[in-house]
Amino acid sequence: MSKSVYEQDITSIVMSDNDNVATLLKGLEAGESFLYVLNGQKEVLTAKQSIPFGHKISIKSIQRSEMVVKYGEVIGAATADIEPGEHVHVHNIEGIRGRGDKAEGGQK
Amino acid sequence: MIKLQLTNDNKFWGYRRPDGKVGVRNHVLILPTITCATQAAKQITELVHGTVSFIHQHGCAQVGIDYEQTFRTYVGMGANPNVYGVVVLGLGCETHQARSVAGELAKTNKPVEVVSIQDHGGTLTAIAEGAKIAARMVQEASAQTRELCDISELIIGTECGGSDACSGISANPAVGAVSDMIIEHGGTAILAETTELIGAEHLLAERAVDDRVAKKAYQVIKAMENRSIQMGVDIRTGNPSPGNIRGGLSTLEEKSLGAANKAGSKQLQEVIDYAESPTKKGLVWMDTPGHDIEQLTGMVAGGAQVVLFTTGRGTPTGSPIAPVIKISTNTGIYEKMSENIDLNAGTIIEGKESIESVGTRIFEEIAKVSSGKLTKAEVLKQHDFGIWRIGPTF
Repeated sequence: MSKSVYEQDITSIVMSDNDNVATLLKGLEAGESFLYVLNGQKEVLTAKQSIPFGHKISIKSIQRSEMVVKYGEVIGAATADIEPGEHVHVHNIEGIRGRGDKAEGGQK
Repeated sequence: MIKLQLTNDNKFWGYRRPDGKVGVRNHVLILPTITCATQAAKQITELVHGTVSFIHQHGCAQVGIDYEQTFRTYVGMGANPNVYGVVVLGLGCETHQARSVAGELAKTNKPVEVVSIQDHGGTLTAIAEGAKIAARMVQEASAQTRELCDISELIIGTECGGSDACSGISANPAVGAVSDMIIEHGGTAILAETTELIGAEHLLAERAVDDRVAKKAYQVIKAMENRSIQMGVDIRTGNPSPGNIRGGLSTLEEKSLGAANKAGSKQLQEVIDYAESPTKKGLVWMDTPGHDIEQLTGMVAGGAQVVLFTTGRGTPTGSPIAPVIKISTNTGIYEKMSENIDLNAGTIIEGKESIESVGTRIFEEIAKVSSGKLTKAEVLKQHDFGIWRIGPTF
């Protein structure tokens, strides 16, 4: 699942080539660029807003309700359209599992 | 699969118990079976060097599977091979009778005695009686010497708490590498926190040794998920926690996929209930909640002699009877909370160290700690204990 060794100049990690988000290894200011590796190629994108260390950034366009993929697996669904370079977090994605609030009689 | 280079002879210095199991500590446990006896138990530990105990709120007005799970946890704590002998301390009238717990513990052939506050005529008399027995046990324990034991005799508990987005990239994969290594040497690694495997269960079920084990993996996940669904709430209101979310984890599935990395790459041998002892060597999944202390208690009651605990947000967690080796997921928290954290895996995301290399460091630390080196949680007397209650109190 994980790569064994990471390169020192990489500022974010994409866990699987199927992912549509990267995890930031340094906090970014709006307009700051970051480097990631996808399919063995180094790519550069620009952050649309300031994003803290360890948080996720979109590396692809993600439509509302589309699955968000990290580790090559589904981690949730988008609750808004997300552009490449946007912060991906609780404000624009939600979990799919353990959603008693969406069950009949749930506390919405 | 990650292969690790061995840097020692896979041995450690442990204490052989009458039942053949090996402990890495030589504690005398004052085991209160009821909340009413916990204060007296604590007093005994203050009087007698070499004793440990724990505070809890349980042991009375419990029924059915909830009664059984609490009972199993008490017995498991006393039976853990890190414990030389046990003073079981009861009040007298409680549902979890000290004599019943002691009766089960006697099967290990370790020294076990019972003290009852009501039978002995009050708190002070019970403390005095318990302290006298404990003092004798501690001196006997001190005469036992460590002997050379094989890593295959270890059950290693694995845990992540105060996780951040680095957990699944650095420390958890490193613990997974250690889990593989322990298993390759004939030992056992416990994966737990069922809640934090929701969304990753298919990856583990694929590795199950047979269909029955795969089916049980799905069953425990479904039961855990259904508890939140029956309450009509989004599980995210409790897990991931506010600290997890500040650390960059957005959903429970994301946290789970990172947590599952602790399981390494080996075949899943069995799925056991909370506080049960593994019946097989290799990778074992214990059904526990994600709550750090309840999970830790379940694994230790199941016989884990050493626990590996990864953390991104930092945590002081420790057990009264098992050393907990704390491993940070990022260098920032390692430096900030160095008084609590033993090892740093943050070097992985800095590109300074490989997962294998950090795994080797953790493995070497297990051998040192199993031979007597104290972890930071032990030095700070972090004696956490919490039982996963699965029924109401009556």
